[in-house]
Amino acid sequence: MLAFIGNRALLAIPTLIFISFISFVIIQLPPGDYVTAYAAQLRHAGEYISPLQEEMMRDQFGLNDPMIVQYWRWISDIVLRGDFGYSLEWNAPVSTLIWYRLMLTLAISSASLVLTWAIAIPVGVYSASRQYSFLDHLFTVFGFLGKGIPDFLLALILMWLAFAYLNMDVGGLFSPEYQNAPWSFAKLGNLLSHLWIPLVVLATGGAAGLIRVMRANMLDELGKPYVETAYAQGLSEARVVWTYPVRVALNPFISTVGWALPALFSGDVITAVVLNLPTTGPLLLQALKMQDMYLAGSFILILSVFTVVGTLISDILLAWFDPRIRNA
Amino acid sequence: MTDQTINSIAAPAKDRKEDLYTATPAQLIWRRFSKHALAVISLWFLVILALCALFADMVAPYAPFEVQRLRTLAPPTGIHLFHEGKFVGPFVYGLSRERDAETARVLYETDPETVLPIRFFHQGDDYNFFGLFQSNIHLFGVDDRRQQINLLGTDDLGRDVFSRLMHGGRVTLSAGLIGVVFAFVLGLTLGSISGYFGGWIDNSIQRLMELIRSVPTIPLWMGLAAALPIAWDPIVVYVLITLILALIGWTHLARVVRGQFLAIRNEDYVMAARLAGATEYRIITKHMLPSMTSYIIAALTLAVPEMILGETALSFLGLGLRPPVVSWGVLLQDAQNLRSISLAPWLLSPGAAVVLTVLAFNFLGDGLRDAADPYGQ
Repeated sequence: MLAFIGNRALLAIPTLIFISFISFVIIQLPPGDYVTAYAAQLRHAGEYISPLQEEMMRDQFGLNDPMIVQYWRWISDIVLRGDFGYSLEWNAPVSTLIWYRLMLTLAISSASLVLTWAIAIPVGVYSASRQYSFLDHLFTVFGFLGKGIPDFLLALILMWLAFAYLNMDVGGLFSPEYQNAPWSFAKLGNLLSHLWIPLVVLATGGAAGLIRVMRANMLDELGKPYVETAYAQGLSEARVVWTYPVRVALNPFISTVGWALPALFSGDVITAVVLNLPTTGPLLLQALKMQDMYLAGSFILILSVFTVVGTLISDILLAWFDPRIRNA
Repeated sequence: MTDQTINSIAAPAKDRKEDLYTATPAQLIWRRFSKHALAVISLWFLVILALCALFADMVAPYAPFEVQRLRTLAPPTGIHLFHEGKFVGPFVYGLSRERDAETARVLYETDPETVLPIRFFHQGDDYNFFGLFQSNIHLFGVDDRRQQINLLGTDDLGRDVFSRLMHGGRVTLSAGLIGVVFAFVLGLTLGSISGYFGGWIDNSIQRLMELIRSVPTIPLWMGLAAALPIAWDPIVVYVLITLILALIGWTHLARVVRGQFLAIRNEDYVMAARLAGATEYRIITKHMLPSMTSYIIAALTLAVPEMILGETALSFLGLGLRPPVVSWGVLLQDAQNLRSISLAPWLLSPGAAVVLTVLAFNFLGDGLRDAADPYGQ
């Protein structure tokens, strides 16, 4: 087992190096650089900087060096000093900008993951054990709808309904008056009244797919002889279903839990932009548009690292549960 | 004579059984597919949608960029059949525009006096059909030049949303299909090489796929799409966006193809072909690929909605296609903020189109996947 983990972890290292390079290349792809974007923004505001000044700024930021030199400077700072560089647009170290938002993203996403599972597992079990009942059909329709509706569209519709019919103020995480207020119960309540839309949006998208998976897994298991045996022993239905087949049907869930980690960080990008949440999504979008390369690159890098770590975790979990994989 | 009558009576019952044995795979697939009611309905829906998109110039009553200054954010016009209790066929009422005296907000009211019958194959604006011919025939329209028929209302520049939806469908659907073609070529080539040869080739292609999949999709899309300069020609941007979508989508297809190849690599008929001295290329293209076409078609159908959703999301964020190109994602940009949605909910109709299309492709793909193995049951 230890050898397996070590093997997998070793494989992750070249992947990480490749990804860090790719993320740096991607953000360098657009013609022009941050200074060009900055000058354009200034011109938009009616100000002007001379080409000489632009050149000086480039020199100062080190933008004139070859790409490989810039990459090396960036990546060695991250690895050796944990320094993600400097956001040119925000005029602040990347790490101070990122960590708060990452934490917030993580909080929202994990809450939505819990909600997703809390919806998907019972509904999937019910759908399978009462196949073709009215509710099963209803959940099936819901599952397909959830698969077809893009997250951001659902967010828009919910926002509109909450605004037009419930007269609620939506978007963002706090109402303006609570934005900078110290924490209190009122602020917490305000947060909760804003939080439900992103949670519902993220949970519906995920739950729709998981319900189908859970239902299919359960249907496979329910017909097996051991279930019949359990019934024959005189156990109640609830006990039979929840103690035996559900545990087996959950296996694919467990093996994919690792993949939920990167999805937690990146899945809500578009929803967050629509709902104006102070999470990673809008900042990444803005950084990409402004060619604020250290910020955007660090974001993509961190998200990718989480993906790789997530895949590693799910590999290890899979091996844990299935000796065939471990010994292959 | 008697023999013949007996034969002709007995024939139908026997034929049906015989049919099953002599049916070609295509017939069997079609028979299984047509049992899947939702898939058949989806197929029809998609065919009609594709025709609408292809003939968008004709189906749409107005040009997609035709601005009507006096008809901004007009609500959808309802179609009526009876006027004052009398049947007059399908018609719409005229719309009169006023301003609220206090708020100066534009208000529209239907004018029950003006009855505008809907004319089919109506002569309206000129258009050029893909540079092939000029025409001015539209599927439907109204005669009055000052009034319009807006099935889905108008946007803030007074452009007909229904017309724009049809034209946008052309871009969005073709982007999805072209993206799938790119992904298909990449996935098929690499997947078949990987599955057929195995060994270190398989290993390195698998590693490459893992690498691509380990970069989170949406940020990667955003990063690549942001790299496209705004000033480029919209057509070039369009092709590049589909390429970007395909660049990530192909790994999925390659997986399906590789799995199939691994499954049939050791079948007897492949061995036979090899013993007969067929080249690798011939074995792959003539013997192995045809046996998995149905699986590949099903996988392709299921890949289209992802491309469509990707295009829509990117354009919606302002990173994909940009106006003046009309796509469903670009249309949804108008519905980005709360104010415009609460003022004009019909601006969300491109979203409904996206949802219906994605669902139809999913159902169609499910139906095809079930029908893919006609000998399954």
